[in-house]
Amino acid sequence: MLSLFGSKVAKGGVAQERIASAAHVAQLYAARKKVYPQSVSGFYRNIKWAVLGLALAVYYFLPFLRWDRGPLAPSQAVLLDLANRRFYFFFIEIWPQEVYYITGLLIIAALTLFLMNAVAGRIWCGYLCPQTVWTDLFLAVERFVEGDRRERMLKDKSPLTLHRAAQKALKHFIWLMIAWWTGGAWVLYFSDAPTLVRDLATLQAPFVAYMWIGILTFTTYLLAGHAREQVCIYMCPWPRIQAAMTDENALNVTYRLDRGEPRMSVKKAEQLRAAGEPAGDCVDCDQCVAVCPTGVDIRKGPDLGCIQCGLCIDACDTVMHKIDRPDGLIAFDTDVNIVRRAQGKAPIYRPIRPRTVLYAAVIAIVGSVMLFTLLTRATLGVAAIHDRNPLFVKLSDGSVRNSYTLRLTNKGAGERSFVLGLEGLVDAKIEAVGANTQSDGNPVITVGPDQTREMRIHATLPARAVEAVRREVDVAFTLLDHLSGERARAKEHFFTRLSHEDSK
Amino acid sequence: MSNQVHVDEVTGTATTGHEWDGIRELNTPLPRWWLYTIYATIIWGIGYIAYYPALPLIDGATKGMSGWNARSEVVEELSKLRAQRGPMNDKLAKTPLADVKKDSELLAFASAQGSAAFATNCAPCHGAGGQGAKGYPNLHADRWIWGGKLEDIQQTITHGIRWDSDSKTRSGVMPSFGRDKILNEDQISQVADYVLSFTNRADKSANLASGKKVYEENCAACHGDAGKGNRDLGAPNLTTQVWLYGGTKADIVERVRLGGGGVMPSWSERLDTTTIKALTVYVHGFGGGEN
Repeated sequence: MLSLFGSKVAKGGVAQERIASAAHVAQLYAARKKVYPQSVSGFYRNIKWAVLGLALAVYYFLPFLRWDRGPLAPSQAVLLDLANRRFYFFFIEIWPQEVYYITGLLIIAALTLFLMNAVAGRIWCGYLCPQTVWTDLFLAVERFVEGDRRERMLKDKSPLTLHRAAQKALKHFIWLMIAWWTGGAWVLYFSDAPTLVRDLATLQAPFVAYMWIGILTFTTYLLAGHAREQVCIYMCPWPRIQAAMTDENALNVTYRLDRGEPRMSVKKAEQLRAAGEPAGDCVDCDQCVAVCPTGVDIRKGPDLGCIQCGLCIDACDTVMHKIDRPDGLIAFDTDVNIVRRAQGKAPIYRPIRPRTVLYAAVIAIVGSVMLFTLLTRATLGVAAIHDRNPLFVKLSDGSVRNSYTLRLTNKGAGERSFVLGLEGLVDAKIEAVGANTQSDGNPVITVGPDQTREMRIHATLPARAVEAVRREVDVAFTLLDHLSGERARAKEHFFTRLSHEDSK
Repeated sequence: MSNQVHVDEVTGTATTGHEWDGIRELNTPLPRWWLYTIYATIIWGIGYIAYYPALPLIDGATKGMSGWNARSEVVEELSKLRAQRGPMNDKLAKTPLADVKKDSELLAFASAQGSAAFATNCAPCHGAGGQGAKGYPNLHADRWIWGGKLEDIQQTITHGIRWDSDSKTRSGVMPSFGRDKILNEDQISQVADYVLSFTNRADKSANLASGKKVYEENCAACHGDAGKGNRDLGAPNLTTQVWLYGGTKADIVERVRLGGGGVMPSWSERLDTTTIKALTVYVHGFGGGEN
């Protein structure tokens, strides 16, 4: 498919192998070509506005959404409580040792990106990526203050007047305000939002909050106000990955060169059509280039710089309406269809392909596994570590003791008592240092709400039983919550003697 | 590099002039600001070198304008840590030894402090986990030479064992029965057999009667008639299955010959009382501690 574009361009007459004059030394760096995207209206622009509004609303207001978790837990729906090492996401509460959920989230995120790409190209880049959303917002501000493309180009060329300086100052002020609010919203995800807003306003908030607001204000202002498309073209890895992962069946913003070429004026095209000669629909008005936020000419074929926002489609459709030609000279289309149309065949769309099915299946599997583990998440847990040194201790009466460190976890909202037991050695007695013991000899351990407790456990096997068991016995610590009936279990070992003592 | 620009035929893009086997690199110039960011990082680096210690010299490194150094940062961090631990440390200092166990938070604090102090001060002899070695007691076992109650352990750590510079140190030395010719080899062998009989391990052919006689005349004063030992004198109980220097006949013979006893420093010379308290709780918590 790519060769098709290549040959077309070559036919366009740009390149004959040539040696330029000695004065032209290859320049490895170039000045940035400033992009002045023109305003446009249409179907894709409306989608872009809607997504922008929704994404920003979620980002700015989500921290204020409340979620009742009882009196002892925070009531913020989405909260990354770093100080207390808890992540809250609506009904989900994640402890540090459960960060593996994030692996699942990352797999789902990556595969969703791949799936989007396989179905409809870089719609993430064009509509959802924060870089796109904020750049679009900053461009709207620029347009509001300084006018549209033509005006801005003109103003940038003309000398600096007081009025012009005031206009620039106003633009940067609004940009900085948006950037500052962006940074402000960011820190709200890490602490109780209403409290933090009050603290920030009264200068009572911790320094780190102001610092992060400062950092985010700076990066937002820099990336959305100044770097803009440079982030997509030079800094982001996704265009390269996308270029490697797209295929001839993926919908991409495509210039239908089968219909557009050869380019000519409206008049000439009408004459040629009247005469039954082939005539392209492209009138070379360059509107598609003018509206492009990354300065791409989509007619040259797929481009790393194209974020596939579809604004050129809106621009081109507007022109096609004016010259009374059908829509869709530029459209979300596939390479396959360009070839098919050139061969006179009907276009085909294959959103269901092995790769899309595979992506969807993996997303579904990972998603279900995560959902299942979240819904069946235990609210109590026990982890055991056998003392490494010494492995066992022979006591004065010949009995043998093994010591363990247990970490008991109570993920419940209230204090709970657990009965600790040992499976695998009937004769062994267990003692938990600092805990009470039931009448049957099993320790009862209390763990506070939403907490863990570390305990030293001694298990002692009487002398008469030592000889009867193997050198290394598989045992398990069991934890039982009498009130809820919930149980937890941790496998361990019990050592009775050294290996060379066995051979004696 | 050629100073003539070669333009690629297919793309119409100039090449950089680099060529590998006929393959030429297209020149898509990087924006100049990107180059400037590299210059900016170089300038940053120079500033960094000037501000912080950086360049190695023969005796140390350049000091840097900030005067920062890692040592003073450690001192500052340590004092912060002490301040942070202060309240718990004070609480530990005030709480009677026996009551530390009753407060689970304090117990956890004391164990953690004790664990760190143990690794630094005690582990070289008693082993990383307190498992001991020949001549260095296993602190997990329930047989104690000088006592295993909290107060006993605290006393031992504070004043040491056979540590002459501390007047309150634990003392008591077993004579070198063999080396000083108090007993002959036969007598030593017989008494060793007799000691083994406390744990029913004596050889059937052994002459226990003469062993008993030797024991009563030489050993019973400290180890007791029944071999139960005497903690005031540091005379070990000989009727258990825990042996500091090994429990075979050869081990016992060697001990009777040489006598003596191990030495432990008086830790009050080096550690403060609260740290010793934490160590006591930690060692008692190994599992062998007596109540």
